[in-house]
Amino acid sequence: MRFQRLVAQIRKEILSVLRDPRTRAVLIGPPLLQLFVFAFAATLEVENVSLAVLDLDGGKWSHELVQRVRATRMAGDVLVVESHDALAEAVDARRVLAAMAFQPDFSRRIEAGLPADVQIVLDGRRGNSAQIALGYLQSIVAELNADLAVLRGGRPPRTIAIDVRHWFNPNLEYLWFTVPSLVGILSMFSALIITALSIARERELGTFEQLLVSPASPLEIIAGKCIPAVVIGTVLGSVMLAAGIFLYRIPFTGSVLLLYAALVVFILSVVGVGLMISSISRTQQQAILGAFSAGVPLVLLSGFATPVENMPPVLQALAQADPLKHFLVIVQGSFLKALPPDVVLETLVPILLIAAVTLTAALFFVRGRLE
Amino acid sequence: MTSRRRFNAARLLAIVRKESFQIVRDPSNLLIAFVLPVVLLFLFAFAVSLDIDEVAVGVVVENQGAASAELGAAFAATRYFDTRFARDRRELEPLVVAGELRGLVVIPQDFDAALERGTPARLQVLTDGAAPNTAGFVANYARGVAEAWWSSQRAEAGVDEERGPSVRVEPRFWYNPELSSRAFIVPGAIAIVMTMIGTMLTALVVAREWERGTMEAIIASPIGIGEFLVGKLAPYFVLGLGATLACALTAEHVLGVPMRGSVFALLALGSAFLVPALGLGLLISAATKNQFVASQLALFSGFLPALLLSGFLFEIESMPLPLQWLTHVVAARYFVESLQTLFLTGDVWSEFARSIAALVAIGGVLFALAARNTRKRLE
Repeated sequence: MRFQRLVAQIRKEILSVLRDPRTRAVLIGPPLLQLFVFAFAATLEVENVSLAVLDLDGGKWSHELVQRVRATRMAGDVLVVESHDALAEAVDARRVLAAMAFQPDFSRRIEAGLPADVQIVLDGRRGNSAQIALGYLQSIVAELNADLAVLRGGRPPRTIAIDVRHWFNPNLEYLWFTVPSLVGILSMFSALIITALSIARERELGTFEQLLVSPASPLEIIAGKCIPAVVIGTVLGSVMLAAGIFLYRIPFTGSVLLLYAALVVFILSVVGVGLMISSISRTQQQAILGAFSAGVPLVLLSGFATPVENMPPVLQALAQADPLKHFLVIVQGSFLKALPPDVVLETLVPILLIAAVTLTAALFFVRGRLE
Repeated sequence: MTSRRRFNAARLLAIVRKESFQIVRDPSNLLIAFVLPVVLLFLFAFAVSLDIDEVAVGVVVENQGAASAELGAAFAATRYFDTRFARDRRELEPLVVAGELRGLVVIPQDFDAALERGTPARLQVLTDGAAPNTAGFVANYARGVAEAWWSSQRAEAGVDEERGPSVRVEPRFWYNPELSSRAFIVPGAIAIVMTMIGTMLTALVVAREWERGTMEAIIASPIGIGEFLVGKLAPYFVLGLGATLACALTAEHVLGVPMRGSVFALLALGSAFLVPALGLGLLISAATKNQFVASQLALFSGFLPALLLSGFLFEIESMPLPLQWLTHVVAARYFVESLQTLFLTGDVWSEFARSIAALVAIGGVLFALAARNTRKRLE
């Protein structure tokens, strides 16, 4: 491997990515958009949802319960409907997430000391939110029951006290989760697309033959295509890292040095995948769609959207081969958990293994193309 | 030049033919249109699940009492948690840091004693807040398990809660009584997959014409802008509808999601959605001329909003207000909602009509912008 030739290669690759002003803009703009727009969307909390109330009772206690529900963070607009049909229509047309229906004798039964039912209809199409909303409504009803018991001169029913404490992120700020994760996801996508395009572009434009007749060895060509992606991916990752620390003030408690080491190994493992895609693609279009077809499953299996434990065993096993899954443990841990160095290194082992496999495979793939 | 403005069936047919050949000739296109959607659909169906099941949680039982042991057993018995027991919390804390456990339930030293004294017995739930969604689930389910155990204890002890609770909650989940998350995620995923085909593929195809210079050849031909756009997109429209049908069939027959609406409504919604999806792809390719830039823009203006801002995974009403406004121009939002209704509820035309109107309106604006952009370059 000749150092000078390698440097020339790297320069050429970086230039071919950064030469076009629109390409530059696309490398910088979308991550910022991601940071300022999409980072706020990823929450599974349920707040401000619309509810419907069908109050055939119109008495004191139905009113009391509705007031208590209105007072919570969960409730947004409350739509008052007059009939069961109107209630069904509001749920059918997705105007409300949940609806409460009181029978005409609701308050009378409570006054008489009889059990009174409140019917709660929830939209199963939004099953996750519906379940969380039901949890809120049930705890409001439980409080009302406790108050009713006191009112009747009884003691409130004895309960056990449950203290919940969230470590590392006491208020469960979602941004503390999404922004660190974006360090991994963004650098992965940019590295993947840059490498996937590298060889495919040369083939589409016909410059691949020139590369073949140049004195560069296959290893040099591959290194020349890897390093720019690692550089650009690391820079993008650093931007997100800085934004997380300085802009969103997310506590960073781990080791920056170890995180960077992990980031570089992680990007290398992705670069191997990108090069394989590139070597089997005949056009840039195929390369981009190939990169995408690899990137989306990598994100889905990483546990970013939903936890890996919820997946069927086969996919859980597959997730172990996803470098992003392991990198997310390191980056999230480095931000919030002061992840001890031995745990970082332990988590780095699978990423190293994956990188070794993908890069070796890429070497074979590309060499096959070159010869 | 007047003929350039008119529609000419022969010219239109010619460009449709050319485009269709181009699609069929490159097998990777068909792969993308039919194999990839189904693969993605499977991934979404199995990898994206909000059903909490077997979450790894540690249970620390600090005393030897009978009640503590029983409560611990209640945690071991539930299918929500995969429990790991210890006597000392220091044993399990490092596992939470390493992400191997999602939380700890601590039954403290004085738990049994407090129960006997009749003072409130305390139970501690510690979660891994670094993964906030899971932390929330762990807290809620742990509370549920403990409360269920407590009320069964009281029932056994014969402590009748003064005639029982006054208000009873009777919950009913419509359309999806078992609350399987697959039932609403799969219909939503169809919208995501369609965004990918409609927007990404179109953006790349037209950008390639510019990049390769074949656009000049088209400019030199007598074709008008309208003919060009319609002819260019018609094959992709057909491809998109085909993929919608393929996805819906997979969802119903392989993934077991009930399909309660009509095929006609599916095709109507699919066609309406393809208007903005193709329009966005066209606008992107007209505004850039480069496949790399086009792919990135398609990713950030089509795919990610469809994934994050459509209500597919995250509740729109819980987002910050400016983001909620933004979702009104995300075409996938209307498609996701209507597909979920179509599959789980049936044909609700009052909702579909609203969605179709919104989709066509968004699509109209995108096409107008794309046509303006393309014309500028053509003339």
